[in-house]
Amino acid sequence: MVARAHRNHAHYWAFVLHRVSGLLLALFLPVHFYVLGLAIEGAARLDGFLSWTDTPVVKLAETLLVILLAAHLTGGLRLMALEFFGSRESSKTAVAVGTGVALVVGLIFLLNVR
Amino acid sequence: MSSVAIETKLWVWQRVSAAVLGLCVIVHLILIILAVQDGLSAAEIIGRVSGNISWLLFYSVFVIAVAIHAPIGVRTILNEMTNLKPSQTHIVMAVLCLVILTMGFRAVIGLFNAGAV
Amino acid sequence: MSNTIKVSVWRGQTEGSFEDFDVPRQPSQTVLDVITYIQRNIDPTLSYRFACRVGVCGSCAMTVNGRPRWTCRTHVDKVATDGTLQVSPLRNLEVVKDLACDMTEFFEKMNRAEGKFHPTKTRDDDFDFVLPDDPKRKQASQGIECIGCGVCYAACDVVEWNKDYLGPAALNRAWTLVNDVRDGGNAERIAAVSGDGGCHACHSQQGCVEHCPKHISPTHSIAGLKRAAAKSALKGIFGGDD
Repeated sequence: MVARAHRNHAHYWAFVLHRVSGLLLALFLPVHFYVLGLAIEGAARLDGFLSWTDTPVVKLAETLLVILLAAHLTGGLRLMALEFFGSRESSKTAVAVGTGVALVVGLIFLLNVR
Repeated sequence: MSSVAIETKLWVWQRVSAAVLGLCVIVHLILIILAVQDGLSAAEIIGRVSGNISWLLFYSVFVIAVAIHAPIGVRTILNEMTNLKPSQTHIVMAVLCLVILTMGFRAVIGLFNAGAV
Repeated sequence: MSNTIKVSVWRGQTEGSFEDFDVPRQPSQTVLDVITYIQRNIDPTLSYRFACRVGVCGSCAMTVNGRPRWTCRTHVDKVATDGTLQVSPLRNLEVVKDLACDMTEFFEKMNRAEGKFHPTKTRDDDFDFVLPDDPKRKQASQGIECIGCGVCYAACDVVEWNKDYLGPAALNRAWTLVNDVRDGGNAERIAAVSGDGGCHACHSQQGCVEHCPKHISPTHSIAGLKRAAAKSALKGIFGGDD
């Protein structure tokens, strides 16, 4: 779209990914802690929930979460490198590498999850 | 506290907690990938962390770091993308920090004690 | 390829609309040539700014097909790939009329960021010797070519989202002065650039770097300010000189 053409470059998309992944992870956290906390009520209660998650859709969602976490990590590393080492060289390669690493981590998770 | 002091200190804490989380997340991701092989079960999770001081310490550090990191990030998003005033987003940030600490430690301590029941 | 281009030009103030014109194509035509043609041959009421028309002053900066650029250095062939052009005033600034925007806020923020020199010597003192390979001099050199054209300000999303954000140009200027060993205003300057709307609001999206016609990296300068602010804060906590 013409009105937002100025945003069409690597670092902008890296920023969007970092912000969206951060927000989604922040929303996911209370849910994650709640589920783990089910262990207080006994192993059976936690197992009950875990068996519910034994579907392809949930496994895919979990893979997405892993990708988001890895992407937020690599995006954060990019940011800290820029801020602390003031890398002048175009770190667009870093953006590509970071995204690639995040996807690879997600793939490894997907291949291992049962 | 002046806005200069607030903004600068939040920036520093965000980076410090990020550095800690960088290590925690790498360990956590490796652990999760190994854990999901051959399926996930409560017994396996509890068997690993229950009564284990090392995991208790690791996840305690993890929870504290995330309780600092996530609310600061959410505050920035709210400041930029909503009409909430800075005084309001500050409160949201503090509340979120408490929520993460409470629920996080409830889970960590709960799992630590689970096998002992 | 047809021998005219269809140009959509913004008319009005912040409220307004696009008006279409057909302009004859010429070889090596720039967008500034196109706007000038419209004003001289079709509609004399079109308002726009330019001065040097050779890419030195920055006055002709406008939004061309969504991106902020110097119109005198934008060849029509490069941007009107489908024979159409859309020209509007720079984003993030109030519109005076048509393609001319009000740069007041831009320069006010330059002041607010203490982007001005604080002298420490008189004519009776000896010169300060600053060698070209001095690390601070090199840092300053990376940012001093800024001519205040406003393109980075128009390209920055944080400027759009945070009305208080000082912006890439003002912060870049502040950084060049932080590195000026002759300047005595650093305490106020660091404070000026690290509050609400200061350097910490930058998320390194680098829209500024992407669009700066002088190839300056305000992001790099702002990163320097972040480090300087953190050092200052830590000194304050742990005590220490200055």
